[in-house]
Amino acid sequence: MITLLIIATVTVVSAGVALLLRNLIHSALLLIGNWVGVAAFYLWAGAEFVAFAQVLVYVGAVSMIVLFAVLLTSRSPADMALAPHTRSRVLAAVVTSGAVLGVLLGAVISTPLPGTNITVPSVTVRDLGNQLGGPHAGAVLVVGVILTVALIGAVVIASTGRDDGKPDAP
Amino acid sequence: MSLSPLQLCLLFSSALFCVGLFGALARSNTILVLLGIELMLNAANLNFIAFWRFGGAHAPASGVLFAIFSIAVAAAEAAVGLALVIAIYRHQKNIRLQDASRLKG
Repeated sequence: MITLLIIATVTVVSAGVALLLRNLIHSALLLIGNWVGVAAFYLWAGAEFVAFAQVLVYVGAVSMIVLFAVLLTSRSPADMALAPHTRSRVLAAVVTSGAVLGVLLGAVISTPLPGTNITVPSVTVRDLGNQLGGPHAGAVLVVGVILTVALIGAVVIASTGRDDGKPDAP
Repeated sequence: MSLSPLQLCLLFSSALFCVGLFGALARSNTILVLLGIELMLNAANLNFIAFWRFGGAHAPASGVLFAIFSIAVAAAEAAVGLALVIAIYRHQKNIRLQDASRLKG
């Protein structure tokens, strides 16, 4: 229980600080910490495969994509910190997310959920492989098609616009 | 403590979701908005694992499988989103969302 509280505190605080910072590089690095915290939660809950998938996909791949996007879209370190956003927008965001948080907290606390006397589910990687290769093989194929189409589309989107006559690189 | 572990996990994921929602609504930087959306997806994944661990499911591997597929789709979403960020930057030389109100041409 204490472990869960520590993990939750580290994760939420790092996410909040990351979204409040002005420097995008610092935000991306703090979000890596946040994703590591989420992976630690998966390990704590006993879902080791998901934890390692989280580390591989988010900490390894998505963070690199984010860092490359930050580096490709910032022309100089000076304008990495963007102009201050308007006060009313931040206020509206605080009100909206606070309202959503209140509704969610009220719903979670007031709902009768199963207690602590639950048999711990044990899923080995072998079970997962059998499930993914047997009953869920169609879903695996669909996810493969989605990933292929999305990555090809990403390459197409990011590579067009080069022939507009203007020089690209500063 | 009166809260069960499942409720603590759900409170954790609710807090993470609302932090992501705040980031997606308040920031004007496109990359940070995308990262806020990623945070919200992560919070949903936390819910899958929490209900798998504490919910007493009948199918023993369903929550893990759902989380794996969700991570795969989130990876595709991140790739497409950041490609869109780079395309917008090529077009208008900055990535402020206020300036990206016109995507054509």
